[in-house]
Amino acid sequence: MPGRRHAIRGAGLLVSVALTVLGLLLVTFLIGRVVPIDPVIAVVGDRVSADTYARVRQELGLDLPLWQQFLRYVGDVIQGDFGTSVLTSRPVLEDILRVFPATLELATAALVVGVLLGIPAGVMAAVHRGRWPDHLIRVIGLIGHSIPIFWLGLMALLVFYARLDLAPGPGRVDVFYEGLVDPVTGVITVDALLAGETDVFWNALHHLVLPAGILGLYSVAYIARMTRSFMLDQLRQEYITTARVKGMSEARVIWRHALGNIAVPLTTVVALSYASLLEGSVLTETVFAWPGLGLYITNSLLSADMNAVLGGTLVVGAVFIGLNLLSDLLYRLLDPRAR
Amino acid sequence: MNTLARRLAGAALLSAGLSFGPAATPVLADTPKDTLVMAWQFDDIVTLDPGEIFELSGAEYGAQVYDRLIRFDVNDVSKIYGQVAESWTVSDDGKTFTFTIRDGIKFHSGNPLTAEDVAYSLQRAVKMNKGPAFILTQFGLTPENVDQKVRATNPRTLVFETDKTYAPTFVLYCLTADVSGVVDSKLVKSKEVNGDFGAAFLKANSAGSGPFVLRQWKASELLSLEANANYWGGAPAVKRVLIRHIAEPATQRLLLEKGDVDVARNLKPEQFEPLRGNDKIRIVQAPKGTLYYFGLNQKNEVLAKPDVRKAFKYAVDYDGMAKTIMNGLGTVHQAFLPKGFLGALEENPYTYDPAKAKELLKQAGYPDGITVTMDVRNTSPSMDMAQAIQGSAAAAGITVKLLPADGKQVVTKYRARNHEALLYQWGADYQDPNTNADTFAANPDNADDAKAKPLSWRNAWDIPELTKKTAAAVEERDTAKRAAMYQELQREVLETSPFVIMFQQTEVIAERSNVEGLVWGPSFDSNYYWKVSKK
Repeated sequence: MPGRRHAIRGAGLLVSVALTVLGLLLVTFLIGRVVPIDPVIAVVGDRVSADTYARVRQELGLDLPLWQQFLRYVGDVIQGDFGTSVLTSRPVLEDILRVFPATLELATAALVVGVLLGIPAGVMAAVHRGRWPDHLIRVIGLIGHSIPIFWLGLMALLVFYARLDLAPGPGRVDVFYEGLVDPVTGVITVDALLAGETDVFWNALHHLVLPAGILGLYSVAYIARMTRSFMLDQLRQEYITTARVKGMSEARVIWRHALGNIAVPLTTVVALSYASLLEGSVLTETVFAWPGLGLYITNSLLSADMNAVLGGTLVVGAVFIGLNLLSDLLYRLLDPRAR
Repeated sequence: MNTLARRLAGAALLSAGLSFGPAATPVLADTPKDTLVMAWQFDDIVTLDPGEIFELSGAEYGAQVYDRLIRFDVNDVSKIYGQVAESWTVSDDGKTFTFTIRDGIKFHSGNPLTAEDVAYSLQRAVKMNKGPAFILTQFGLTPENVDQKVRATNPRTLVFETDKTYAPTFVLYCLTADVSGVVDSKLVKSKEVNGDFGAAFLKANSAGSGPFVLRQWKASELLSLEANANYWGGAPAVKRVLIRHIAEPATQRLLLEKGDVDVARNLKPEQFEPLRGNDKIRIVQAPKGTLYYFGLNQKNEVLAKPDVRKAFKYAVDYDGMAKTIMNGLGTVHQAFLPKGFLGALEENPYTYDPAKAKELLKQAGYPDGITVTMDVRNTSPSMDMAQAIQGSAAAAGITVKLLPADGKQVVTKYRARNHEALLYQWGADYQDPNTNADTFAANPDNADDAKAKPLSWRNAWDIPELTKKTAAAVEERDTAKRAAMYQELQREVLETSPFVIMFQQTEVIAERSNVEGLVWGPSFDSNYYWKVSKK
């Protein structure tokens, strides 16, 4: 009974997701409690009276035993309450919803770079296996994967912004364009178009090029490597030989037949690199003063704003789990052998 | 996009020599003439409410948006002048201050500013009892009695009563602090939720009468101010001030050199030294009331020995550090009152003398030297300073083990008195000498659960005599005598305390040379943008 088996697998999947999320909650909670920072001081500052200190400590529920604090935390999170950020004095969830679109914009642009460069590069490498294009692509991939992103970012700023004047500086738009477009989706290029502000749109797009390019380089390396190995696998198959014997053009064989057949596993690869791009934006955002989730978590961490750090980490974790789940489902949906 | 923003955008673009339409030039050469753009690390701002602001960056914001009753002259701190107050008198017993409020001041909302607004603002700060409230409550004001003690007797007259007779300048300097910024009581009351005195509203909105109005605040991201065209003292020359949070000093320098920002606030010597040769950029140095020091916990029996305390004072290479690490970011200063304060002692008796330090350790019974741990913030210049101390102290027979950590971790440990030595900085809360005397030279109760926890308490330095003297100094009404009392206190602290005060901070600001009129005062709440213009 294939239907029933599906249902059981689906339930199993849900349980494992629930457990993963609970584990994530427990870990983030414990991190927040283990750090040697007094959360009360983070809230009230350094010079308040003993009374105020005690009041706030109680308000934060820090006088309760640890397990009760955890239960409270889980309960709050389930209701969408991640607490209040010390840094912004606003609910953490609100903050995250505000900054997340910036990260999404950056990661999506980086993914476009990764897919547009990574897949053709992988195909090329597979087709020319063992010859110089293959070696070149592998070396570039290795460099792209091993050079620290903050260094690459700073160098890119120095060269393309400071020296050559080809790219704009840090930030999502030039400073005096800030706040001119009211946020609707939070994705500034989209918002600028919605508002009909083409100049802001172009400015934002220019600002996107460097950080997205550099962040994208990471997924280029990963996507190219995976594409190469999938392709090599396909090129060995009999149907390829058959197609060639039938007199089909080489280009058609490779780009249509072989690539078509690796589309399914590639979907998983792309989804996974999307997740890691969302995570990997932390350093890129810091270098480029990009006000997204990465910068938010970094700033919160530096100012010991634990609610914000926990909320941010939880969201990143949840996105990771979500994309994993999605790629898993897509895989099952698209590839009959996986059922 | 609303029409105002559209107009501003238009103005900004036109003045930059561009027109609307698909931008052909992606990179603009200069910032618009009517907009001041600043790069600054302002991630310490947690609120924009003058009743709650207790951070350096927040204090600077408050100074642009809110008028205060009185202010001091940034060039001569001893001169206090009326801002919202036209004049004032002090009663014979020194306990009643009566202010006459200037006529014709309007809030940003258009509401007229009256003595009731001033009274409400002070009462509000006391009743909310947040961080800076102690600046007012130290005069015996409580949430219960403040309506009685601070009141408007008519729309133009404000009465302020203290519980005891204090030095009048002490009271006045406290009233120049950010916490006494005047808020629009009508507006704030209309925004009140559950008796919060409009705190939720004022956290991220403005209700002042100052030269600038808050336009937008995104924590750790952007602070944008708009000129108040109707400012009673005259409208600012620029239309907007945009402040971007840029954490990296290297990035700040880049933006400044490219002309993408007009002012960079957090450059380190390695960034601003090369800029000195650039004629498009001007370096401004402003001494601030912040001291760099380290404390020795007296709960530790080794550190509690007077000779050991003194040995530390000879184990620091003040001049060497001033030339290298501080290089323009601070000057050698060893007394607890920063230069510019009444009675500040400008003698620096200690110099680096490892032989003498060794001798002192020997006298204390440690001929083979001692080992001590030092907690320090893992930021610059604190870390560099700690390493320099480690080096110079080693030659004096003191092995220093560094424990670097995040700032909040260090403070947590400090407040629990769990440190041995701890390097930190201390910023004055207001311009009166009592602010630092109260923390370096007074410790009313050395018990672990004491209510007051000044720096002396944190280092467990039990000093009933000095505490009494500090209390006496704040009540002395003769200014010359009072200054002398502080000098004596400073000498005693220099001689016997577990504090090794090393430097007074200098704020270094790099401005584009076409920027004029920015005022960099001795504290962050006396930095003003009001008169700024761009050529």
